Amino acid sequence: MGKYVEKEALPPPVSTTGPVAWVRQNLVSTPLNTVLTLFALYLIWELLPPILNWAFFEANFIGDDVSACSGAGACWVFIKTRLGFFTYGFYPDPERWRVDISFLLLALVIVPQFIKGFPYKAWIGVAGLTILPVIVGILLVGGMFGLNHVETHQWGGLMLTLVLSYVGIVAALPFGVILALGRRSEMPTVRLVCVAFIELWRGVPLISVLFMASVMLPLFLPEGWDFEKLLRALIGITMFQSAYMAEVIRGGLQAIPKGQFEAAAALGLGYWRSMGLIILPQALKLVIPGIVNTFIALFKDTTLVLIIGLLDILATVQSSIVDPKWGGVATEGYIFAAFCFWVFCFGMSRYSQALERKLHTGHKR
Amino acid sequence: MKKTMSVLTGALVATAVTAGAASAADTLETVKARGELICGVSTGLPGFSLPDEKGNWTGLDVDTCRGVAAAVLGDATKVKFIPLTAKERFTALQSGEIDMLSRNTTWTHTRDTSLGLNFAGVNFYDGQGFLVQKELGVKSATELDGASVCIQSGTTTELNLADYFKANNMSFSPVVYDTSDQTVQGFAAGRCDILTSDTSQLAALRSKLDNPDAAEILPEVISKEPLGPVVRQADDVWFNIVKWTLFAQLNAEELGVTSANADDMLKSENASIQRLLGTNGDLGEKLGLGSNWAYNAIKQVGNYGEMFERNVGPKTPLQIPRGANALWNKGGFMYAPPVR
Repeated sequence: MGKYVEKEALPPPVSTTGPVAWVRQNLVSTPLNTVLTLFALYLIWELLPPILNWAFFEANFIGDDVSACSGAGACWVFIKTRLGFFTYGFYPDPERWRVDISFLLLALVIVPQFIKGFPYKAWIGVAGLTILPVIVGILLVGGMFGLNHVETHQWGGLMLTLVLSYVGIVAALPFGVILALGRRSEMPTVRLVCVAFIELWRGVPLISVLFMASVMLPLFLPEGWDFEKLLRALIGITMFQSAYMAEVIRGGLQAIPKGQFEAAAALGLGYWRSMGLIILPQALKLVIPGIVNTFIALFKDTTLVLIIGLLDILATVQSSIVDPKWGGVATEGYIFAAFCFWVFCFGMSRYSQALERKLHTGHKR
Repeated sequence: MKKTMSVLTGALVATAVTAGAASAADTLETVKARGELICGVSTGLPGFSLPDEKGNWTGLDVDTCRGVAAAVLGDATKVKFIPLTAKERFTALQSGEIDMLSRNTTWTHTRDTSLGLNFAGVNFYDGQGFLVQKELGVKSATELDGASVCIQSGTTTELNLADYFKANNMSFSPVVYDTSDQTVQGFAAGRCDILTSDTSQLAALRSKLDNPDAAEILPEVISKEPLGPVVRQADDVWFNIVKWTLFAQLNAEELGVTSANADDMLKSENASIQRLLGTNGDLGEKLGLGSNWAYNAIKQVGNYGEMFERNVGPKTPLQIPRGANALWNKGGFMYAPPVR
């Protein structure tokens, strides 16, 4: 008997792991798959180089006017020279630092939410929903603490888009919760009011809400009651959005088994405490995808304010590409706007997925 | 549905008109007290009202507002520009949100008589024209039978085009786009033989083509589009101010007064110039303004010719020749009553 020598385990067969196996299993497993793979490769071969050439290799990045755009590719110089306008709209130049600080504050609130185990994360989030809008509001509007007053008609670009969606999101969530609870209330008046509100606002398109707020409302208000167009748009968007939010949250409330309500009652909790401590935490967790979906839709819907003459980021792009000094920069402009929207919407989507993973406590299979 | 809507809108407008009439009487006092003129402009039309890189408004309509601000407040920069879409422009004026509307608005019978508004003059005579591919070999719009036409949807352009082709017993196939940019793209891609738009925009649209020399503008103009500033009805003091500021700038061009020589012209012996610049007579006081109202407008904004050259003239990308917008004694329609 020889001495036992431990043999090293054999590596798994090449055909089951590693890149080769991955290619075999995923790309060329059947004749049909092989054909599709080849076709996809052909498409990439055909499309990718021209797109990359246009967007990067032959694009023009340096310079400050149309003469710099001599190359065959994209004219990013246009975006560069107009970036200030796309970001701040008509916000006066010497005051733009106030917008920058607002952006920074927003980032300071949002970024920690993505970092696992960041200290006081929840409190930062709460501050973002309560104190931040107030601070940013004072900062942007001004007129106190020695800040010059900047009228809201000068707001525009990305900043306006963010203001509209942030206010819409922050205000619509609590309103939505109240409306959803009201709709399931056993008090007939409360229920009727909530149902009427929800069905009324959900039954009209946002575009007509904005149009009513901008065009019809001033006709009926007495002279001197003329409040600002941005405020009117914000109220319209909030109303509209809370109706949608209410229905999403009601969906979550209906998914909670009756036993939970009875258990809450058995513990002797009153209505608000049983809702706040037992029902809503479960219901809201269930409908995170729905809520975020509504927020993303809202973020994109804010572009509709261009029909009432508020220049959000898309509208600033649109009013810049018609400038006869620049020829044929529409593609660059729209790609820039699309990219901005994608960044924010994708960010929201990732955040919601992270939140779902963190909060999953049972229902996952 | 459409009828119901128009009846509804009519009723609303009527309410607005009666409500507005009571309170709109002293726009001048409101503007003076506020220290700022609020002026409605477009959301972006090259040459007329367009924000630049810094977000400053430029254009002929913008300068018209600045002229009024200079005349009333003595400072051409004291204007707040409110971008308005075509749909909300009249409501904004009726409801008092803006003091004057200067947004490439065509002066028509219906608008002048039924909206409770007054057109205070014409700052640009526009009209609808055609851009054709040169290879078509067309020299006149009457040869366009059977052509495919790129148009922007929902504009009066579409209606004018149909009228014109019908009146000349010709047929056409419309290729309709949503924005002016898409219209040019369609024309450039050869989707249609001709492109129709207001002549003020044709040259700019042509310059956006990859090969501008392959297209040319036909001589025909098929519609009348007198564009001008608009004010609320029943405020004649304000109406006179807007109207006469524009007239003053036209008269200044006729008399050779420019922003550069306005100071020298104060010493002029010419009686008309003296009355215009307020060194003689009381024309400013009659408007309820200071005697140097026209001087301020001309010095700070310029005469009409300067406004035209700066914003839409041959040296700008729009390359619009003076044509119909030349003074009456230079072969155009621009005619201002005398300063007397």
